[in-house]
Parts: sequence; structure tokens; C-alpha cells
Amino acid sequence: MASSSSRRSGHSRRAQFSLFTGYVAAILGAVLGLALLGLSFWQPQWAGFMRGAASDATEPAGQTTAVTRSRGQGFIDSIQGYLRAGSQNSKLQEEIEVARIKLAESEAISQENARLRALLELEQIDDKPVVVTRLISSSATSARRYAYIGAGRSDGLEVGMPVRSSRGVVGRVLEVGSSTARILLLTDSESILPVRRAKDEVIGLAQGRGDGLLNIRLVNLGINPLEVGDMLVTSGTGGYYRPGVSVGIVSEITDEGALARLVADPASADYVAVGKIWVPEAVIAADSDPGAPFEAGPESTSEEGAATQETGQ
Amino acid sequence: MAKRSSRMRSDSYSRESMRDYSPTLAYTIPYLLILLGSILPSLAFSSAMPFLPPFGFVLLIAWRIIRPGLLPMWIGLPLGAFDDLFSGQPFGSGILLWSIAMITIEFVEARWPWRGFWQDWAIYASAISTYLILALAVSGTFPTMHHLVAIAPQLLLSLLLYPIIARMVAVFDKLRLKRFKVIS
Repeated sequence: MASSSSRRSGHSRRAQFSLFTGYVAAILGAVLGLALLGLSFWQPQWAGFMRGAASDATEPAGQTTAVTRSRGQGFIDSIQGYLRAGSQNSKLQEEIEVARIKLAESEAISQENARLRALLELEQIDDKPVVVTRLISSSATSARRYAYIGAGRSDGLEVGMPVRSSRGVVGRVLEVGSSTARILLLTDSESILPVRRAKDEVIGLAQGRGDGLLNIRLVNLGINPLEVGDMLVTSGTGGYYRPGVSVGIVSEITDEGALARLVADPASADYVAVGKIWVPEAVIAADSDPGAPFEAGPESTSEEGAATQETGQ
Repeated sequence: MAKRSSRMRSDSYSRESMRDYSPTLAYTIPYLLILLGSILPSLAFSSAMPFLPPFGFVLLIAWRIIRPGLLPMWIGLPLGAFDDLFSGQPFGSGILLWSIAMITIEFVEARWPWRGFWQDWAIYASAISTYLILALAVSGTFPTMHHLVAIAPQLLLSLLLYPIIARMVAVFDKLRLKRFKVIS
């Protein structure tokens, strides 16, 4: 069937004119879109207030689906447990999994302690989360990986705060609305996080690859010491994250480092905790003057990481 | 007897007299569906890769194909801007790509007006695949092979969805043109 002939302009001046104005209006729209897109590349956060308002408005729906999602997962888990050996089995397995992660984390903490003892200068930092909330929505259609959490400026959130689940790092706050906040997930390809191997001092950068895996690039080139199954934790450089929080497990060795799977898949997390920025001074220093000499070694790379996460959009 | 308006002539939708379309339904349903299509996928949670079809865009194209002339050509501007608020793309990418899609389909339709279900599906398929690839290109990250592999399931799902979406849009179109009793 041909499309209705009334829509073909033919010899009618009026119809030709309206078709022409249609094209003009649509092309103007496209040009405006191009201009706004350019602005978004230049100033990624400029539209944040609109996104914040939009996500604040849809927050109730997001909260509802988040509750349904976690309940649904619990339901499926218990069915699976019953089919195997009763629902207890699945619970115990989950506990063991968490315990394994905790064990690796504690290895990292003892390593950290040894280093701090060597430094002698100890400082107590308040480690209580700013807020505990749910993940309410995500960019499920875009190639970028963002999520929204159900807490915002009114809960004391600020841009840059680290977000973690009970298992490990989830991401970092990117934009703050009044009751929601937009976070950059670890799996996004613009997210770079300084990591180290839990059991020793092998350091590297974990960058999202765009397909759910993390690409680990080692800072010190040479023989690749990583092995499949190694646990990676945050190194604390860059100043955003507390050192020793689990990030990923090495699943494949590559030329420049490794590929790692996430430890804390945000999709399966019920609640996430937003913490304070670990060393705000380091973040400010890294943001304000990237060219300034910033002590030795890993910091120079973490500056790059921090800066990329900041502007990553 | 007063002359009956052309809108009130009898057709398969109305067997009774004194019935007319509801202008509210007729003019809002397509837009409401597309706006809802922009919001819904964001409520599903995905941390690894995009897996849901871009429903807003899918519905825009479906309405455009099934009811040519209903959506004005410039509609990509407001609807695309709304989609940008939820999609995670940099603001402006939806406005640009949705506008381009509307212009391109208008252009193609003027040149090759003969259509059937399979041609519709082909137009839809090329629109969706071009959109997903261009959206990746302007997403603000450097697209790699891994990104392309990651959008493959989403693309496949979107393409296979057309018969269902077309049916759904047709059902809503029927609702849109439902006649209600009018008192005059």
C-alpha cells in the first residue's frame, strides 16, 4: 500500500509550503540537538539539574521496582536453594562467598596496617557511611553505565562520594539531585579506579571495558605477576575510595595486565552505602592543578584516573 | 437534516450515531506512549551492558511507520530531549538522532511510497541499528570493539520486537480513534 496521497504535496502550493516548513523545523531541531550535544561534550554536567529533576520525579517508581527486584531475586534464590538442598544451602553459600571476600579484604587491611605502622603517623578517619539507600534506576539502553540512587543533596550527598555495596565498590557519585543522585558505575568505560592486588603491592588501574568486565592495566610494566583468581582491592590513591575495598577478581590474563570480573554486581545488591570522600585534600589537589608535582609514583597515575572520572560523561 | 461532519461519518469503528473521537485521546496517546517508553527501560537495572531496546525510539519509529503524518517532523526535538533525561546519553544526542530519524524517514517515504509489512520492518530495522550505533558513537566514550559486541544482544532484541510493537501500536491506535457518545 502506498502511503496516503494526501500527504504528497503535488502541485498544491500550500501543501508544498507546509512540507518545506516541516523539513526546516526538523533540521533546525537537529541543529539545536547537535549544539546541545557539543555543549554536553564540553561541559558534561550542564544538563545535570534537568536530569536530577527528572529522576527526582520518577523516584517513587524506581523505589518500587528496586524493592520488587530484590524480592524477586530473593524468591528465585530460595527456589534454587530448595531445589538443591533446601533454602539454607543457598543462604550458606552466599555467606561463604561474602566470607571469602571479607577474608581477602582483611588480608588487604593487614597489609595496609603494616604499611601504616611503618609510617607511624596514624590518623583516625570516620568511616561511617553518609547514607544507605537503594539503586533505583540505570541507563539500561545506553552504552554508558550510569545508575541512580534514592538519596541526594537532602541526605548530605556530594559529587565524588564513593558508593559501595556489602560486597565491594559500586561506583562514584557524579551528579546530585535533591532526593536522587547519579552515579558512574565501575563498569562504565570512562571510569578509572586505582587498584592493587589484595595480597601484595602490585598496583594498577581498573577501567571499565564497556561489556561488564574491568580492564586492569598494571602501573609497573615488566613481567605480569597477576594470576587468574587474584582479588583486587582499592589502593586508596586518588583520594576517593578507602583503601582495601574489594573491586574485582582476575578472570583472564592479558598483555598489559588482566581482565577482571566485578565482585559487587550492583544489579544484585539490595542496598548500597555512600561513604565520605576518603582524603578530600588529595582530590582537591588532583582536581585543581593536574600539572602540579604531587609526590611520587602511583599518585601521578591516579590523578589521571581521578580527573577522568570527574569529567567522564 | 444538518450536514454530518466528515469526522462523524460511519465507519467500522462506530455503528451508532452521535459518536465522535475524543480529541484528548486522539492527540495524546502516541506521545504518552513514547514518553513512557523513554522512562520504562531506566527502571530496569543493568550494570554490565545495555540489554533493553530503546523503547522510546522504538515507539517513535513504530508510530511514524504505522501512522505516517501523525507525528510532526520536528517532534524529535521535544521527545528526544525528554529521552535524554533518562537514557544516560549526553544531553542533545536524543534531540539530534531522533530529528535525523524523522527527517530521513520522511525523505525515504517521499521517494519510495509503496509499502508493506516487510518493507516497514526493513525501515524499522535500519532505523534502529543506525540509531544504536550512532548513539554509541556520541555517548561520550571512545567506542571499541567490546562496546559493539555489548550492544549486539540489545540490537537483536530490538529488531525482533517489531511485529509485537507494530501490533501494540495498532491496538493503541484503535483506542486513540475510539468514538464516544457526544451530546450536542
